Amino acid sequence: MTTVLQHPAYEEERLQRVAEQLPCRELQAGMLLSLMGEPQHYSYPSIFIYGHRASGKSHVMHVLLKELELPHATVSCVECISVTLLFEQVLLSFFGCDAASLLPRSPSLSDFVRVYRQQCSHSPAKETRYIVMEKAELLRDTDANLLPALLRLQELVEDNVTVILLSEIVWDKFRPNTGCFEPLVLNFPDYSKGELQQILSQDRHPSYSAEFYSSYINILLGVFYSVCRDLRELRHLAALNFSKFCEPLAEGKVKETDTHKLWRNIEPHLKRAMQTVYLREVSSLQWEQMQQMEEKETGALRGLSAHTHVELPYYSKFLLIAAYLASYNPARTDKRFFLKHHGKIRKTKFLKKNEKTSNHLLGPKPFALDRLLAIFYSVVDSRIAPTASIFSQISSLVTLQLLTQVSHDDQLDAPKYKCAVSMDFICAISRTVNFDIVKYLYDFL
Amino acid sequence: MTTGYTAFLLLCVFIRLHFQVQKILRERFCHQKLPEKPEGVEAQHKHLLELLKRTAIHGESNSVLIVGPRGAGKTMVSLHSGLKMGLCVEMPEKKMNCIEVCLLQTDDRIALKEITRQLHLENAVGDKVFGSFAENLAFLLEALKKGDRSSSRPVLFVLDEFDLFAHHKNQTLLYNLFDVSQSAQAPVAVVGLTCRLDVLELLEKRVKSRFSHRQIHLLSSLTFSQYLERVRAQLSLPGSFPDSKFAQDWNGGIETLCEDKSVEEVLQRHFNSSTDFRSIQMLLMLCLSRVSVAKPTIKPADLLEASRLCLSDAKANMLHGLSILELCLIIAMKHLNDVYEGEPFNLQMVHNEFKKFLHRKSNSMYNFDQPVIMKAFEHLQQLELIRPVDGSSAKTQREYQLMRLMLDHSQIMEALQKYPQCPTDVKQWAMSAFG
Repeated sequence: MTTVLQHPAYEEERLQRVAEQLPCRELQAGMLLSLMGEPQHYSYPSIFIYGHRASGKSHVMHVLLKELELPHATVSCVECISVTLLFEQVLLSFFGCDAASLLPRSPSLSDFVRVYRQQCSHSPAKETRYIVMEKAELLRDTDANLLPALLRLQELVEDNVTVILLSEIVWDKFRPNTGCFEPLVLNFPDYSKGELQQILSQDRHPSYSAEFYSSYINILLGVFYSVCRDLRELRHLAALNFSKFCEPLAEGKVKETDTHKLWRNIEPHLKRAMQTVYLREVSSLQWEQMQQMEEKETGALRGLSAHTHVELPYYSKFLLIAAYLASYNPARTDKRFFLKHHGKIRKTKFLKKNEKTSNHLLGPKPFALDRLLAIFYSVVDSRIAPTASIFSQISSLVTLQLLTQVSHDDQLDAPKYKCAVSMDFICAISRTVNFDIVKYLYDFL
Repeated sequence: MTTGYTAFLLLCVFIRLHFQVQKILRERFCHQKLPEKPEGVEAQHKHLLELLKRTAIHGESNSVLIVGPRGAGKTMVSLHSGLKMGLCVEMPEKKMNCIEVCLLQTDDRIALKEITRQLHLENAVGDKVFGSFAENLAFLLEALKKGDRSSSRPVLFVLDEFDLFAHHKNQTLLYNLFDVSQSAQAPVAVVGLTCRLDVLELLEKRVKSRFSHRQIHLLSSLTFSQYLERVRAQLSLPGSFPDSKFAQDWNGGIETLCEDKSVEEVLQRHFNSSTDFRSIQMLLMLCLSRVSVAKPTIKPADLLEASRLCLSDAKANMLHGLSILELCLIIAMKHLNDVYEGEPFNLQMVHNEFKKFLHRKSNSMYNFDQPVIMKAFEHLQQLELIRPVDGSSAKTQREYQLMRLMLDHSQIMEALQKYPQCPTDVKQWAMSAFG
């Protein structure tokens, strides 16, 4: 820690304590402290702080306000589903619960300001009061006047109050149509790789040495840093995979210093974690269970991904395949794919296509029911009659959201559909029925 | 021993003076205290005052709109005049009631309540404390009607954010206020403040015809030398400062600061982008926050630093914190935008573009699965760096949803220059003309 926070209004040791809790954010904390100034003075009416997720915005604010014992109200805009909650929370933390009960039912902004003024005249601010709004981007979706009013709250309530907005989104996206009072905009930059390493190394396991844990973090960052810089997510991943990392150590196979072997052991696990845990396809509990299962039946490496395990009836699978073909192939090519004697089609002309029109880039096209059924009959081996059971399977595919109905519900005679599954999914399905779908796709000829 | 003690005493005095400086200047920059007299808008102020005087003294009702950009001093002018009329010395019995309604009053019902409250009539409404809107309005109009030109006290209505009132249902409040100002009832003056030049277009015909069509424009015609003068005035300490020696030193320091070439350059840049009061105040506040007991004067470097903070591009800052994968996706989008001339794109196209880049490179450093890429893409959407095209229905799959890039070419290139440890091949890919 090279720079220690300094401010004449607060004791040295208190600032020291603040600095210890804010590793790698000294610069930002110092900036904020100097902006806030001495508690008796006025501060800027509104401050807008933006930065990436987990770059320490809330943490810095929280630690500063708490450790320096400044009067403050912290409001998370996610929690405040209505403005009533927001107003109540602010009044509660400044003036106690009597004030909050003074608000009428479903209060308007005007009521809030009136109650605030009333209370404020009884107990005027000796020190700057701070209102911290987390996830301020949600304020844009509330009443149109709320955000402009909060920005100039100091002027409206005539009290020494500063509103601090925290958000991931830049200020330009907040500005209302006719403009408003401009807040002071501050940026919290992301942590660099070195800083991430430093912070993550702090929560080491007590039974292992610091160097060992820090080498583990180094490996973890090597895998994940190019994809994810979110401190919170990295911390979660670090905690989840550490036991696996230590395994060879516990079995006595390698020493702590043998980083290369440890790396060879953990790397595939981290790679797999990226495909599943990182994407939140499975919970961390499921992930741990899966790892234990794997140890029992080695070699059976199943795909961990959740959506490879969809079970469908036999005909539904073919219906889905037919729908996929109808969505991604142009209708003019059906003759070539599904007719036995399709006559002469010149190959060069047929293959003339450019990338721009590739349906795997542009997305599925809608198709009519007739075309779906025609393709369905030609891809299925056996002869089937168009019974009600087939039609009901189509509608159940729609309810499963594997197909989407494009046309309106009132068009009974010619409904149109779109196929809404991915390439990987349909390949997995067609493998189960021994159907080579790639041979039938125009884009892959 | 004694010299040490005096030095200590001097330091204490110095700290206290410094505290005073911060207090005065912060009150000026942050609290928006009404200045002693309006600066730069004297003519408009006089005009308004003249109008209000006619209402106050002769009982002529009036309505006027003050139009000007944000931070031009609309509220300052009107409050100043209101205050002056409130303290009207010539005829104490004709003191003006100043009613201020602003953006807090989101509809007419609330606005009416506020007006009643500010007129101290809430008890007079009787037992039905704030009954229905109609009753309330009828009561208020009745109250205003009872008065006449000569005897009753004039009322000044200041409507802040006037354009918002035009969006209220039926424009009831505006209609009635203007109606009162037209007829010979209790003298009222209605002053609307707005930053919209086209505000009259928003008014309904019946409302518009009752308005006096008097407009006062507060368009600043500040020259750069005036701007500099204003900066100097904002930073200087007043004559009433307790220690005149200290104040002199401080003001001298400000004087030399303003004469500095680099400072002038910075201020010129700010002047070119905006001339309103608040943007100066924000800049000066940032300077002031860098002043401490250990560093008791404002140096040119402080102003440079503050200006850098003010003018820094927020989106470029956000790009700086993206992961390398997300940055690659942005570059792919940039190429798509170049090739297809700004047509919207979807995730598949972006991925395809990215894959083409990877094919040309033999190393497989960035081989990511589709879901991982999807997650990165969604993160970009969350940060609002890309935005879905309106009208594309919710029914389409996420990878085929059409998007637009909300960044421009120069921002991306600038961010790439600053990006820590950016791989060279990625940089070259971004520079190359073709995807």
